[in-house]
Amino acid sequence: MEIQRTIKYEAELDRQFAYEIAQSPGAETLFECIQCGACSAACPVSIYMDLTPRRVIAMTREGFKHEVLSSLTIWLCSSCYACTVECPVGIKVTDVMYALKQRAIKEGYGPRKVLTRLLAQSFFQAVKEDGRATERKVMLRLYRRAGLDHLIRMAPLGLKLWRTGRLSAFGTERIKNPAEVRTLLECLEEQEGGKSP
Amino acid sequence: MSGYAYYPGCSLLGTGKSYDESVRAVFEALGVPLQELENWNCCGATAYSSIDECTAFALAARNLALAHRRGDPILAPCPNCYLVLTKTQRYLEQYPEIRQRIVQTLERLGLNLGHDVPIRHPLQVLSETPGLEAIRQKIQKPLKGLRVAPYYGCLLARPYPIVEDPWNTTILEDFIRVTGAEVVPYAYRTRCCGGALTGVVREAGLRMVYILLREALRQGAQAVVTTCPLCQFNLEAFQDQALRKNGIQERIPVLYFTQLLGLALGLPPKKLGLHRHLIPFQPQRKALQEAVA
Ligand code: SF4
Ligand code: SF4
Repeated sequence: MEIQRTIKYEAELDRQFAYEIAQSPGAETLFECIQCGACSAACPVSIYMDLTPRRVIAMTREGFKHEVLSSLTIWLCSSCYACTVECPVGIKVTDVMYALKQRAIKEGYGPRKVLTRLLAQSFFQAVKEDGRATERKVMLRLYRRAGLDHLIRMAPLGLKLWRTGRLSAFGTERIKNPAEVRTLLECLEEQEGGKSP
Repeated sequence: MSGYAYYPGCSLLGTGKSYDESVRAVFEALGVPLQELENWNCCGATAYSSIDECTAFALAARNLALAHRRGDPILAPCPNCYLVLTKTQRYLEQYPEIRQRIVQTLERLGLNLGHDVPIRHPLQVLSETPGLEAIRQKIQKPLKGLRVAPYYGCLLARPYPIVEDPWNTTILEDFIRVTGAEVVPYAYRTRCCGGALTGVVREAGLRMVYILLREALRQGAQAVVTTCPLCQFNLEAFQDQALRKNGIQERIPVLYFTQLLGLALGLPPKKLGLHRHLIPFQPQRKALQEAVA
C-alpha cells in the first residue's frame, strides 16, 4: 500500500485563483460567506455531489483550485438558482459554478464520464455556425462525441420525437445571416485575446 | 408598435413545438397581437455561460438590440430565454465595463443595445391584457372535473421572478382555475426538473423527474401543467423510465398552460399541438371513465 499525504500545506494553495473567481460577475461577496449551508440545503442535486455547494465556496476561497476544478459538482449543477436566492450574503452561487465551469474548460479539467462539458461545447459550436441551436444537431454531435452506446440509448426517444414532428429530421434552423453572429462572437474573442474551446 | 416582439427561442422550434403553436393560437384567440422578432438568434441558454460569460451576454444582447430597434416589448415563453435575456439586461446595467465591450461590438454590426426593452412572459402579459376576467368570459369548454398540478419550474420564480412575491404567487393556479379545472396542492411547484441532467447525468436527472411526478400522482392530479419547454420535455419524455424504475404503472400527461387555456377557449386540439405529445391527453375519456366507475 502506498501512503499518501492527504492534507495540503498552505503554501500549495492557489490564493490567486480565489481572487480571480471573486472577480466574476455575481461572485463579488465570495469572501463574505458565513458557511451557513443554506445553499447546500436548497440544492436539489447536492445528494449526488462530491462537494456540496457550501464546500465548493469554502474551498474556492481558500484556493483549493485543483480539487474544485476537478470536482463533479460543477458539472452536476443544473443552474436552478435555488442556492442563489437563499444566500444571506448575496453570493450568486450559480454564477460561481459558471465561473468554475469556464475555468475548468479553459484549463482542460473535466471528468470524461460526465457529458455536461461536451454538451456545452456542442451547443457552442452549433450556435456559432447557425446563430440558433437545432436540438437534433446539438444532440447528435454530443452523443457522437460521447460514444456509440449513448447514441443507441437515445435512439428510441429520438424516433418518437421525430414521428411527432418535434425533431426536425433534416433541416437546420439558421438565422438569415449567421455570419453576423459569428462576427459578434469573434469580435469579443479578439478583444479578449482568447479562443473558443 | 406592431404588438409583442415574439421570441420563441430554439426549444420552441423543436421539442417544444406545441408550446409555440399554443402560444400563437391563444394570443390570436384573445386578440393580443404578436409578431416574431425577425432574425433572432439563440439566447445562449446555460451552455454559453459555461463557456464564456461575455459571449453569452453578447448573444442575448443582440436580441435585445433587435427588439429595441423595433420598439416592442419582448415576449419570451421559454423561462430559460426569459432568464438569460433578463439577466443580461440587469448585468449590463450593473457592470459598465462589460456593457462597454458589448455595446462596441454591437455597434460594429450597426445595432444599438438600448436600455430597458421590457422582457415579458405570457403569464404576465395575459394576466394584464386581456386579464383573467375577460378570459373567463370567453371560456367555451370548461374543463370541469380535471385535476391539475401547477408546475412553474425554476426560472419564473427565481432569480428574477415574473411576479412580486414568488413564494405566495398563484398566477399559474389562477389560469388553471379560469379554465374550469381544479388545482391540486403541489408543494414542488418550483422545484428543479433537472434541466439538462436527464441527457448528461441520467441517474440524477431521472430521480429528479421521478420526485416531481410521484408527488403529482400522489395528489391525484390527472395532468401536470407547465410553463417551460425543458420541464415539459423532461417530465414527458423521461416519464416512462423514471416511473418504471420505481414500479409505478400510471402515466400522467404534461401540458403547457397555453394548451389547457386553448382547450377551454374551444380551440381545436390540433391547433394547440396536442397531437405531438407522447402521453396523450384525453380529458373526455377520463371524465367518462370516472362517471362509469
Ligand atoms: S448560502 Fe451563502 S453564506 Fe451560506 S454557505 Fe452558501 S455561499 Fe456561504
Ligand atoms: S444552481 Fe446548481 S448549485 Fe445551486 S442549487 Fe441549483 S443545482 Fe445546486
